[in-house]
Formats: sequence, structure tokens, C-alpha cells
Amino acid sequence: MTEISIRAGGAAGDGIASVGDVLSKSLSRMGLHVFGYNAYQSVIRGGHVWFQARASRERVHSQGDGCDLLYALNAETVRIHLPSLRRGGVLVYDPENFAVAESDLPVGTRALPVPTLALARKYTSQPILQNAAGLGAVSFLAGIPLDLLQKTLSDSFGSKKGDVAEWNIATAAAGFAHAEAHAGASDRAVRAVGAPKYLMAGNQAIALGAAAAGCKFLAQYPMTPASSIMHWMAGHAADIGVVVKQAEDELAAINMAIGASFGGVRAMTATSGGGFALMVEALGMAGMAEVPLVVVESQRSGPSTGLPTKTEQGDLNMMLGAGQGEFPRAILAPTHPADAYRAMIRAFRLAESWQTPVLVASDLHLSESFATVDPEEIDLAVDIPSLFTVPAPNGQEYLRYRYTESGVSPRALPGQPGLNYVAGSDEHDEKGHLISDVKSGVPMWVAERVKMMDKRMRKLRGLTADSEGPVREGPAAAPLTFVAWGSTVGAVRDAMRLLADQNQPTNLVYLPTVYPIHAEALGALLAPATRTLLIEANFSGQLGRLIRAETGIHFPNRLLKYDGEPFYPMEIVARAREVLHGQ
Amino acid sequence: MASSLPAPTPSAGPPLKVIVGKSDTKPTWCPGCGDFGVVAAVEMAVKKLAIPSANVVIVSGIGCSSNLPHFLSSYGFHGIHGRAMPVAEGVRWANHGLTVIATGGDGDGFGIGAGHFVHAMRRNVDLVYVVMDNQIYGLTTGQASPTSMMGQKTKSTPAGVIENPIEPMALALASGATYVARGFSGDVKHMAELIANGIAHKGFAFVDALSPCVTYNKINTFDFFRQRVYKLETSGHDPKDIGAAWQKALEWGDRIPIGLFYTAERPTYEELDGVLANGPLALQPAGLKGREKLLQEFL
Repeated sequence: MTEISIRAGGAAGDGIASVGDVLSKSLSRMGLHVFGYNAYQSVIRGGHVWFQARASRERVHSQGDGCDLLYALNAETVRIHLPSLRRGGVLVYDPENFAVAESDLPVGTRALPVPTLALARKYTSQPILQNAAGLGAVSFLAGIPLDLLQKTLSDSFGSKKGDVAEWNIATAAAGFAHAEAHAGASDRAVRAVGAPKYLMAGNQAIALGAAAAGCKFLAQYPMTPASSIMHWMAGHAADIGVVVKQAEDELAAINMAIGASFGGVRAMTATSGGGFALMVEALGMAGMAEVPLVVVESQRSGPSTGLPTKTEQGDLNMMLGAGQGEFPRAILAPTHPADAYRAMIRAFRLAESWQTPVLVASDLHLSESFATVDPEEIDLAVDIPSLFTVPAPNGQEYLRYRYTESGVSPRALPGQPGLNYVAGSDEHDEKGHLISDVKSGVPMWVAERVKMMDKRMRKLRGLTADSEGPVREGPAAAPLTFVAWGSTVGAVRDAMRLLADQNQPTNLVYLPTVYPIHAEALGALLAPATRTLLIEANFSGQLGRLIRAETGIHFPNRLLKYDGEPFYPMEIVARAREVLHGQ
Repeated sequence: MASSLPAPTPSAGPPLKVIVGKSDTKPTWCPGCGDFGVVAAVEMAVKKLAIPSANVVIVSGIGCSSNLPHFLSSYGFHGIHGRAMPVAEGVRWANHGLTVIATGGDGDGFGIGAGHFVHAMRRNVDLVYVVMDNQIYGLTTGQASPTSMMGQKTKSTPAGVIENPIEPMALALASGATYVARGFSGDVKHMAELIANGIAHKGFAFVDALSPCVTYNKINTFDFFRQRVYKLETSGHDPKDIGAAWQKALEWGDRIPIGLFYTAERPTYEELDGVLANGPLALQPAGLKGREKLLQEFL
């Protein structure tokens, strides 16, 4: 096999996420490309959780469709996932947990009963150890060598090795041996192909990218699916010299980040839609006071509390419009973890160069899914220029908000003598003095307001020139052009490959920077398109609306999804076929 | 790679001065406003400690009193309503070589910003928060504030306030502030001393500044306070005695105590944070150049 998908399911608390981690990491250590998708619910115990690890010699961009191996910890998993088991697939389960009728198995699949509980009982009565036996059996079928599995298992215990780690390693061997003895040769197995790859969740890549970009301060309030950005950063804070502050709420988080940025360090916050809604007023303050700021908005299903553990791209409208009045901003939309790493570096550069907030639009599917990253895709040697943009004072009056052609004014940092100024959320003149109270409405200051507003908004031109324009992938001419953004691009890429395998060429236009829109470049890329298909994980096609507003280009064909699930390549293929056949 | 931000040094640059009413900075406060006393007290306190103006950052929210940063020659950040605390904390953590003074009103600090006020105190961040407490919303033309007294008639409470006022001193004690004081705009020197000691204090210093609104609060006037305030320093109060501090914190009537209610020694947030303990963050290197070992965890 050149590709394999392994699915594991059970109840929350069964340890499914750990099973997924070990499988994904073992496969990435074989040099395979891996995509790991973790589906869970907003509960700590009970409910149904499942993980899919998809690995291939080729790059994989999504969780894919269906699975080749299904490891079921409970009967519910069998009921939900057995129909996804592909021809040739194997169900691994313990008859002590539940029974499986031969007649329930899809045609061309088989079941491998493994006494996982009994194998675990040799060491402990804790049922969680059965997972190690299950992992062993699945690894045998998948072609993961036992020593590699054991090494990965051992590493997963970190420094807290001891009896439990030893039990896991031994039980995994027992499960592996059982499968070897009872399953015969596996025709599902994959083979190692090269040097190990990095395996990263989107949020890990986001945190790593921020630190590489010189971020030294992160303030955040816990909210799924953004929390693990804070977890990674907090876990490494002392080592890499980043201050991580869990704030009392999102209002505090963004205001702390703005204060820290004003005070002299690169600073960021991260949240999901609900928290971002609370940050809106301060976002405008960063725009007004011209303080560099990076905000990661990892979207989940809304509105309101919505589906807290499910994905969506429903917050684009909010990100575009967040804040009263108008101020320059950029919104970046990375498509996979390595892309997210680079997007964070770009975000900090843009925020600092243009002294304004930059949003990085992630979503649950990008933030929490794992994907392999080639070592050469991560370069930690990021050049970090000084935050200062003014020389020492030489007798001339320092104007913090001096009118400039670019809109960017020299920025001093508190502590530097002779450059004292007040940054403010009120409208102000070049010195930073208020023109919002005793001067407002006086003709001379009315003109000043217009000049200051124009100065700030001029930065949009620079932000456009300085940010990544739209990208086309695939052949220049194709009968169908997909249009997408963010994590959705992954499933589109996989769908394009499936279509290409069926001799159906397609191409893709996506936007690494969803705002500001690079209208001319986008127009040029879309001009040759004969048919387009807009793919977004929201109800109304928010990117489509934005592109239409900015370019006049309309996308009549759409595949919009707001069920909380990520896109599956096959549903994109199916919709593409409809559009190609004029439906 | 280190940032080129200079370490704050005691001798750098000119001293702090009040600039309101001078050059082109016109006052936005009514003649006779209590806040003039507070801005004078801040200047006096910073000068007394000989901190150069470039090393001072005054952070405020929104309201009449929150215009204060514009009236001094230091660095300043005039933020949005209720959020002076988190901005001040952010500035302080970015560079704790700087002296950070947050200023604002009772609506800003005890109303919309009450949550931040409580959390900043429990963190014992080393900064000073001066709340110009006039028991009324002035800039929005006279609505009830969180410290307006029961029964007070305002534009928003024509039948009188029916909510108990926040007791700032008690709230500060309950939240773990390590320096809790109250001053009165009618005694600038005393207030300046409280602020100076608050700056010198290691940890969160809260100064409730009774600062009458001469336009919208006709009850809590200068005369009202002159007849009632007395100094704790001359009344045998022991500011290290938390029990006594609680008693004084709840005293509000014919007699109103001013001075230092409570002070305690506790490690500051900056001392306890593993990264900040290494020195001001802005002076520490940034980025991950040469830190390839970090990537091992992803293999």
C-alpha cells in the first residue's frame, strides 16, 4: 500500500487522542506524509470521540475519506464507523468489550478479535492499558515496526517513565504478536520511505512561528480551539523567554498584548470567535494608537457558543468588520501547519512594519489537526529587526504620528529620553495630542482629523503590496476552478488529485491574504476560469461575498458547509462533477 | 538578538512636569475640579523619587480623569473605557524597568473595569493605580457611578440610587492589594506622599483619590470632605494590621479616613514569573535562531 487510513474510536476518557498521537507520530517517523484528525465533543467523560491518522508516500492534505483499519473501543464506534471501512479493511476489537456479528461487516472487510483487556490485565486492572495492546495489533496490520511503535510509546511518557511506561511497551508487544499470529500477512501495510518528518498541530505551528518571529508576550483566555496555542507557549515559556499570561478574560488579554507591544515587545493574543467578539473594541484601539498587534482567531461553529468542538469558517465577516469606524488591518489565512508557521512570521512583520493589527484566521480543523512538515519547511533563523524606528532626538520636536506618504510614522518606545508621547484611542494630531475634545469641530482641527484618518488608511496600500497575493495551483487552464481559503484548501487539494486520477483536470485559486484583497491579481487569475466552484465552511459564502464586493466577480456555484465537520475530498469531487455537468 | 531598547536609567532625560494649561495643552477639566490636585500630586510624587519623565508611563481609560496622561510630560497611553489595568500590566511586563502609573475614574475602575481591578490586585503587579473617585459619571454629564451613595439623585437615578455603593478600600483588601491608601484632592501634599510611597512600594499600590466633581456631584463636594476626612497617620492606625485596615475600610459617614490603610510585603508578579525574573522583557533576546533542538519534540 502507498497510503493507509487508521481510525480509532471510543468514549471520551478512553484515551483515543493518545492512541491517535502515537499512531500519527509512528507513521511520520517512517517518513510518510501524515494528516491526523481528532473528532471530539465538549465533554470530558462520555460521548463519542474518534481519531483518524492518514498516511501516504504522497503529500496528504486532509483526513481523507474512509479508513483501512478501524480500532473500536466500544460498540458505538462500530455502529458509527464500520460503514467507512474500505474494501480490504480490518476491524480490530476485543470481544470482551462487545460482540461483532460477521454479517455486520461490509463486503470485503474482516474482523480481528484481540484480547486486549486480558493482555493488559497481566500488569494492571486499569482498562486504559488495553489501548497499548490495540496499538500493537493495529501497528502490525499497518506495517509499523514494533520497535518503532515501542520507541514512540516510550517517548510519549516523556520524563515520567516508570512501571506504566514499561507496561505499555510490553502490552504493545503482546498485541503486536497476537495480530502477527492470528491475522496473517497484512495487505494493508505501508513501508518506511525516508527520514522522519515533523508532526505538528496547527496551533503548535502557530505558537512556534510566533516565537520564531520574535513574539515575547502572549496573553490569552482559554477557549477551544485556540487554547493549545497558549499550552505550547506556556510549556516552553521559561526555555524560550516568552511571557505567557492567562488573562481574566479576552478583554484583558488583548489590552495586555497592546500594552506590551506599546511597552517594547512583540505581542499577540489568540482566541476563537466568542472571545474575539469581546476583543473588538480594543482591536480598533490598536488601529487608532498604531500599535502593532497579532491576533489569532481560530474559528469554531457559531453563532454564540455554537458547536464548541466543531470547525467552521463563519467569522470572516466579523474579522473584516471588527471595530467601530475604519482602520487598516490585514487578515491572513494559512491552509496547513507549515503554512501557519510562515503566516505567523508574516503577520508579525506586517503588524510591525505597518503599525496596525494583523489577524491570522485559523479554524478548529487547522488548529487541532496534525500534519507532517518537512524539516526544510521550518527555518528558525528569522531576522528580527529592532522595534525602534526613530533615531535619538537631535533637538527637533518628535512627532509620533507624523504625516508620511506610507502612513507609517516613526515609533519610539517608552524609556527612550526625549521622545515622550501619549498614544491614544482618541483622535489626535501629529504629536499625539487629543483633537477629540476642546478642539473637535473647530475648522482647523476638522481638517486635521481628515489628514490623520487619511494617513492611517494609506497603510492599506502598503499592506496590500507587502502581503501575499492570491495563488493558483494546478494547470493554468482547466474546465473547473475551485475558490477557497484557509484549512478548506486542504480537502480541495486532495479532491483535485482524485479528479486528476480520473483524468479530470481542475485548478484552484486561494487567498493566503483574505484582506486586503489583491483585486487586480485575483481578477487576472480568475479571468481564464470557465467554471468556478466556491468552497467555504459557512452558510453564506463570506469570502465569495467579499470577492464580489471588491472585484465584481460572482461565484454562482457553491459548496457551503456548516455542519461542523471538515470537508471530505469525496464530497468536493461529487459537487465538482455536478458543476462540470452543468448542474 | 537583543532589542536596542535602552535600559531605563535614573539620570536619563528631563524630570516629569505638569504641562496642562501650558503651551497648547488646554485643560479639559472644569475650573476647581479635584483632578487638578491629583495631577499635581502625581508630578510631586515622581519628582520626589527623582524618576525621569522618560521612564514613567501613565496609563488611563476613558472619562474626565482619564485625560490625565495628556497633562503630564511622561510617556502615556490613553486607552479605552475600563481597560487601563490590562494595558498598564502589559506595559509593565514588557519593561518592568519603567514606572507604570494607571489613572482613571470610579466608573472606569470600579464599574466597567471592576474585573480587571480585582485581578490586577491579586497578581500584585508592581504598579500604582490612582482612581479619581468623584462618585459620579462626569464626562457623560452626570449619571450614577458605582460609588454614588444610596439615595443620590442623578440623571439616571431621578428617584435616587437604590444600589449599595462599591467600597473601594474593602474591595482592594479583599483582592489582595499590598498597598491600600486613600487621599483627598484638597490635600495635595498628603496625596503626593501616598502616591510616592505607592511607587516605592514593591507590589500593587491602590490609591483611592477623593476628587470632587464640582459640576455634577453637589453632595460629595470639597466642603463635604473637608468636614469629614481625618488622617490615619495621626490617629494611631497600624497599616500592617489587616483587621484594623478592614475596620477603617468600612468607615464612611461623619468621619472618613484618609492615608495608608494597609500595606504588606508579598512577592510581586514580576518576581514570580520565571521569565520576568531574568530582567525587563524588552531587553531580553527575541526569536528562536539557533534553537533547532526545540524541533526534536516534533520528530
